[in-house]
Amino acid sequence: MTVDTSPPTADPSTPALGDLAIDARGLIKNFDDFRAVDGVDLQVRTGSIFGILGPNGAGKTTILRMLLGIIEPDDGQRIILGSENPLKVAQHVGYLPEERGLYPGMKAVEAIAFMGALRGLPLKEGRKRARALMAEHGLGYAMERQIRQLSKGMAQTVQLLGTIVHRPRLIVLDEPFSGLDALNQQKLERMIRAQADAGVTVIFSTHVIAHAERLCEEIAIITGGKVPFHGKVETARDRLRPQVRLETRELDGPWRAALPPGTLPDGHYWHFTLPDIGVEPLLRALIEGDAGILSLSIERPGLHDAFVAIAGEAAAAELVREQDEKIA
Amino acid sequence: MKRLIQASWVIARRDFTAVIFSKSFIFFLLGPFFPILIGLAAGGVGSQVAKDINQPVIAIAMAQAEVDALITAHHGLADQLGSGNLPFLAPLAKRDQNEAGIAQLLNQGSGGKNYMGVLSGSLDHPHFTATPTDVARWQGTVGLILQHARDGQAKPARLTLTNIKASDSERNTSRLVTAQLAQMILFLLTMLLAGMVLSNLVEEKTNKIIEILAASVPIDAIFLGKLFAMLGMAFIGISVWFGAGAIAVMMTDVNLPLLATPAVSWPLFFVLAITYFTTAYLLLGSLFLGIGGMASSVREVQTLSMPVTMAQLLFFFLASFTVTKTGEPIELFAVLFPFSSPFAMLARAAQEAALWPHVLALLWQVMWTGLIIRIGARLFRRNVLKSGRMRVKRRSLLARLFKRNHPV
Repeated sequence: MTVDTSPPTADPSTPALGDLAIDARGLIKNFDDFRAVDGVDLQVRTGSIFGILGPNGAGKTTILRMLLGIIEPDDGQRIILGSENPLKVAQHVGYLPEERGLYPGMKAVEAIAFMGALRGLPLKEGRKRARALMAEHGLGYAMERQIRQLSKGMAQTVQLLGTIVHRPRLIVLDEPFSGLDALNQQKLERMIRAQADAGVTVIFSTHVIAHAERLCEEIAIITGGKVPFHGKVETARDRLRPQVRLETRELDGPWRAALPPGTLPDGHYWHFTLPDIGVEPLLRALIEGDAGILSLSIERPGLHDAFVAIAGEAAAAELVREQDEKIA
Repeated sequence: MKRLIQASWVIARRDFTAVIFSKSFIFFLLGPFFPILIGLAAGGVGSQVAKDINQPVIAIAMAQAEVDALITAHHGLADQLGSGNLPFLAPLAKRDQNEAGIAQLLNQGSGGKNYMGVLSGSLDHPHFTATPTDVARWQGTVGLILQHARDGQAKPARLTLTNIKASDSERNTSRLVTAQLAQMILFLLTMLLAGMVLSNLVEEKTNKIIEILAASVPIDAIFLGKLFAMLGMAFIGISVWFGAGAIAVMMTDVNLPLLATPAVSWPLFFVLAITYFTTAYLLLGSLFLGIGGMASSVREVQTLSMPVTMAQLLFFFLASFTVTKTGEPIELFAVLFPFSSPFAMLARAAQEAALWPHVLALLWQVMWTGLIIRIGARLFRRNVLKSGRMRVKRRSLLARLFKRNHPV
């Protein structure tokens, strides 16, 4: 007998949710005198992959916990899959917390089925799907092993399978890549894409910009409990003008007057932001002035550059430090 | 509500199977047998010591025919009065029947026996040698044996017997014993079993599973599920212990003390006992679960165990104090106070035949269980999960008060 483990397609019997899987406005959360989340707005389109990007302590986990109903916001409102009470739609949501947790004495298959049962999936069906999912992800041999007998990576995969076993419409992943090796990170990226291709909304938090850049259509950059940017990755990048790097044979001449204001000289190189009018007038001046153009490159800024610009140098430095720590 | 019950069932099933299929559950089931075995051994030794003290040996230094007459009289009296109420008689060898021999016998004993006294002389002129205390205590009994030995086999007078029904006062006293015993058993079982709930959420918090549970189901469902899982485990334990007890009684042919029939009859009393155990367990368990949920480590749970046990004792003392005060304000308080209510009501079932108070009491106890679970879940959300709008609410309330008092 074969079991369908593919991500769910849109169920015609369920009511239309509209465009937004998550619509949060003005979320505020205080822990004693510390404001962890300060008036956050988040809109996540149904079927999209959405990333929450920010350094540790920025408020990413707190936002996700509020969206899931684990904690109540002090102010603001959130609508998840059309409901103001996240627990009412819990059976359509999958959640992988940052701090992974499984019962050590449970068998792997039972752990996945249990997580499904928590979301309303009958235990028998959960076991069937769990076996199929484990086989599909190369863990068929470990089905009857207790969680305590699995390696950390295997246990994380088991928990991830438990997050999707009930075929949720919204998957919330908190730092899903942390603790995974490169191979498993790639597998996880593939899994996230497969879910999104099937119409499932995926929202995840990360402090690794590369994951967000590769996977997300939209992101929210969060720092200090606020969201200074929310939108498409392209839009974030477009916040910064492309950077031009010009190399000339000559170092001086009348053509220098055509260089845009703020140009930084570096030997025979000239660095400046691409002007609104483009580079054609400058090129004309360089040719006419016989500057001797050796090379010219226009570089589009990456998400990291955008993050630096949006969240500030301090937050970016913090991100780099965290990534270095992870690698170490 | 349906979702709450479904979620509770999922949690309860997981917890229940995790507990009963663990190796430690065997020790849990065997646990109560260890003190019973120790108690039996200690009781055996104690009763032997008591027997030695209460049934001393008196040496007989008389002619053989008189010794025989005394022993015959002893047997005759033992049949009527019970052998436990008479001293043992041990004939003394002819060579020891002198002053020196008797003195040595009383000082050092003989043949591994300690002699309390010596009966010498003859049946007509007996002489009893013992300490003043023993003389005072046993001279009447010794005199009775001598009297019977002189007069031959004693025959009891024939009595005409008439059985009457127990008086109200006697019946009440007997039912009081039933009530007290039932309360004691109920208390021992809840103390033994409900305290285990205290550490029930530590595993989830230690393993970080609580995040997944809290995101999937209401906290109330987690509490309810855990509570019923432990109740199920408690019932398995009780069944095993009582079953083993029943088998032991049947095998050893031990006569159990006859208790007065409870006012509501035995079958109904058993049903009520099981029901009140359930409510007592749920009430105390929900309280302990709420308290234990706040603990962040096993060490904290251990620290909490003692005050929690003391609290249980207090509830029990309150209920047992009011057993003899049915209908009085203090008894009504014990009935209404949720944590002593099951104990007080079980005592009532032994003494009062009315059933409607039990229906009301059970509803009352169930309502309190729900309320305590709800409060525990809220406290857990607020203090452990750091959820809630308390600060904002407080501020807005203050703001509103401020606005009213100081209109702009």
